[in-house]
Amino acid sequence: MKTMKHPDSTRRSAGMRLHGMIRKETLQILRDPSSIAIAFVLPLVLLLIFGYGVSLDAEHVPIALVVEHPSAQTSSLTSAFYHSPYFDPTGYPHIRQAEEALREKKVDGIVWLRDNFGGETLSAGRSPVGVFVNGVDANNARIIQGYMEGVWAKWLEQFSAAQGMSVEMPVTLEQRIWFNPGLRSRDYLVPGLIAVIMTLIGALLTAMVVAREWERGTMEALMVTPVSVREILLGKIIPYFILGMGGMLLSVAMAVWLFQVPLRGSLWVLLGTSALFLLVALGMGLLISTLAKNQFMAGQVAIITTFLPAFILSGFIFDIGSMPAAIQWITRLIGARYFVAILQTVFLAGHVWPVILANSLALLIMGVIFLALVKRRTQKRLE
Amino acid sequence: MPSFPADSPSMEASLILEDVTKRFRSGGRIVHALDAFSARVRRGTVTGLIGPDGSGKTTLMRLIVGLLLPDHGRLTALGIDVIRNPLAVQESVGYMPQRFGLYEDLTVRENLDLYADLQGVLPEQRSARYSELMHMTGLARFTGRLAGDLSGGMKQKLGLACTLVRSPDLLLLDEPTVGVDPVSRRELWSIVYRLVEQEGMTVLLSTAYLDEAERCQEVILIHQGKPVGQGKPGDFSARLTGRTFHVTSPVVNKRTLQESLARAPGVIDAVIQGDGVRLVTAPGASPDPAVLLPGRSDIRVAPVFPRFEDSFVTLLKKDSENPSPVFGKPDRRPAAPTEEDVIVVQHVKRRFGSFYAVKDISFTVRRGEVFGLLGANGAGKSTTFRMLCGLLPASEGMLRVAGKDLRRAAAMARARIGYMAQRFSLYAGLSVLENLRFFSSVYGLRGGNQRKRLEWAMNEFQLGSMADVISGNLPLGYKQRLALAAALMHEPEILFLDEPTSGVDPLARREFWNRINALSVQGVTILVTTHFMEEAEYCDRLVIMADGEILSQGTPADMKERFRSAERPEPSLEDAFIGLMETRQPRELVS
Repeated sequence: MKTMKHPDSTRRSAGMRLHGMIRKETLQILRDPSSIAIAFVLPLVLLLIFGYGVSLDAEHVPIALVVEHPSAQTSSLTSAFYHSPYFDPTGYPHIRQAEEALREKKVDGIVWLRDNFGGETLSAGRSPVGVFVNGVDANNARIIQGYMEGVWAKWLEQFSAAQGMSVEMPVTLEQRIWFNPGLRSRDYLVPGLIAVIMTLIGALLTAMVVAREWERGTMEALMVTPVSVREILLGKIIPYFILGMGGMLLSVAMAVWLFQVPLRGSLWVLLGTSALFLLVALGMGLLISTLAKNQFMAGQVAIITTFLPAFILSGFIFDIGSMPAAIQWITRLIGARYFVAILQTVFLAGHVWPVILANSLALLIMGVIFLALVKRRTQKRLE
Repeated sequence: MPSFPADSPSMEASLILEDVTKRFRSGGRIVHALDAFSARVRRGTVTGLIGPDGSGKTTLMRLIVGLLLPDHGRLTALGIDVIRNPLAVQESVGYMPQRFGLYEDLTVRENLDLYADLQGVLPEQRSARYSELMHMTGLARFTGRLAGDLSGGMKQKLGLACTLVRSPDLLLLDEPTVGVDPVSRRELWSIVYRLVEQEGMTVLLSTAYLDEAERCQEVILIHQGKPVGQGKPGDFSARLTGRTFHVTSPVVNKRTLQESLARAPGVIDAVIQGDGVRLVTAPGASPDPAVLLPGRSDIRVAPVFPRFEDSFVTLLKKDSENPSPVFGKPDRRPAAPTEEDVIVVQHVKRRFGSFYAVKDISFTVRRGEVFGLLGANGAGKSTTFRMLCGLLPASEGMLRVAGKDLRRAAAMARARIGYMAQRFSLYAGLSVLENLRFFSSVYGLRGGNQRKRLEWAMNEFQLGSMADVISGNLPLGYKQRLALAAALMHEPEILFLDEPTSGVDPLARREFWNRINALSVQGVTILVTTHFMEEAEYCDRLVIMADGEILSQGTPADMKERFRSAERPEPSLEDAFIGLMETRQPRELVS
């Protein structure tokens, strides 16, 4: 018995303990469908919903066209609207019916060509076109308004060329959009979404599995063995790191092959920065688990402190630059913010090193702080 | 195994507790979980830490393994200061927490591997140790089975095996026998003794079952965080020699007998046991029937051997000044005894998927009877109970409660039932009065009627001083009183009690049963589930259940009588239970 009690090599027994913890966790992952579901099914579902369901582009917007006095000019303008991929126009005889349709949400906007619409007014530089847009959804309204102006400007240009007239155009805009020339919102939503998914996998998974050990009373049994705090933590981090990277690879594969998001940077930069971010998320999850000792509470805390902020404050959908200064400052505490910036850069722009390195440094600092806090706060005690 | 003279100064203690104090804050109140607790555990002994729930047993165990820090005092385990060096203690002490610490989604073998890894058992040492442990626990056939699919008794043995992968010098077991069937309990005890003999281990085992004290070599009694006594269990009982009796009467009902005896002069304790009353008298008091109950010549008083529980109650009563409380005046006139069957269960089965939780059971309960369902966790008691409360439909068979067929009129039957759930199911955030008001309005009490019942509950259960206390902060005994009061607000004619006194201290248990007796005398029919053998003694009749079947029915005395033998002249209900389990063939190892 004596030899059993005093293993000759302490390093060997430390290795054995860590190995035992990792094997146990792996077996639990393989037998419990819920962690696999969080790591693989959740990204699949979220990406499908966001990739297909959410688009910030306006297409086939229903609008009302009111022409008070049809002429050759009005019909060429209305046909420009009919041919635009952005609009789905319906003709209305009178502005009152069109307004009714707008109120009933049958259309999102009205283009009203008054009876004085014609060559004279055009050349005089007065605008005889009335445009109404439903402003309830401000973002959408601005996009529709922009598109309407675009159609109008294009038509005006063609019209003046055909007439040999010079229409007053104070500035001619020449636009070129970089990195996402097609202006496909999906291309920047999907990389941002990957960051949100990774936050969820990392924080939710670790917070829940540690809480589960508390709930089932196994943590108490673990703590009275010679296992060290470091080994308990590594035993959680390593398996869920691997699982998280699996979820990450799945998300990247879907982004590239299913959603055709261009990957302009290298896969290695992507994986390296992802690994860094996953450590931050896992650290966050473990930190939550030191506070929340049942699964329900851990889940709630993880969603409120990691997933929701990542969704709202990471710049994934809502532009950080247009937030109030105080909120902008808060976004600096959200790890996902840095990762969203990295992912959008690596996917859409390639290796813009100043962006990648600065954000990676921020992630590194956060990761070190979280893991150090976790190490300090986790004790082999029940209080 | 060298034996140590009992009081030799060179005697080595495996565990020394000096002045250990631990306080917790609970809802604004400071709870003294342990109050200047001092004790010693001798090396190579099996020592029992015995006390009711909430007495501080688990806190003490956790302090010994360094999972908690004491506010005061010193703990020395195997010569190591626990406070300074918890890791060193954890490396040499084995500890099985109350919930065994098993991973249910891992197999038996994988659980063993994990703990062997964590305890630093080298791979080359494992196979010999595993086969030893598997042989000892009888789990060898199940190494590939998930721990979650094992029965309660097997889980407990696997938990023990995991704690023992590295043979520790000091083994701490926190309530290892709670809720497991008596056969598994007995097996656990034989394993514990084998460990002490073969490996020279010291064992400290906590339990709320007072009858287990007699199996220990030494016991430490704990009550409300304080040590009440320490010594050999026999010594405790020996003090009561000549003071314990069994009283029977051919004419008087045992409940009436108990009530009068409890008030008789010189009586310390009177509890119902079998067909009579067990009596503990004060030193020097005469057990003469003429003195005990003047004017009654028909009672028979026979001396019996003192039990451990007798001495524990005597010790506790010495501390508390107030005599055992007696349930007040009946609020209803005693009902005439009838032969009416109030609960009828006929060939009832309950299936969950392909698993039969209850397999074809039948029994009837008469008005005013106290009827028990006795069995281990997983025996089918709770399922039967839920079906009787109309909470769960039976898959097959007939259930009638208070004349109502539960399949057709479950709601009507329910209005005539009072139910007290196992964990009391009170609203922890509401005060005592608010809880009572809520439960009475749920049962449709309004206005003056409700006020009358509230007043009744406050007086009858002595809850007046606690009316505004948040019930989550109540001591266990008061919670139990409140739960019973809540169940009785609508004056039900049938009362269902689910494990009512599991873990409460013996004094509170006596008080509780005094109330139940009084109710039964008034004609209330009472159905009790329990895995507590002692509790079953209070029943008029009972059924013993295992694996969803009824093994036996009858009065407690009948059941014991069947297992009386030369080597067991005074069998306990537990002996009867084990005897029944053994005669079942073949004994199923898995439920």
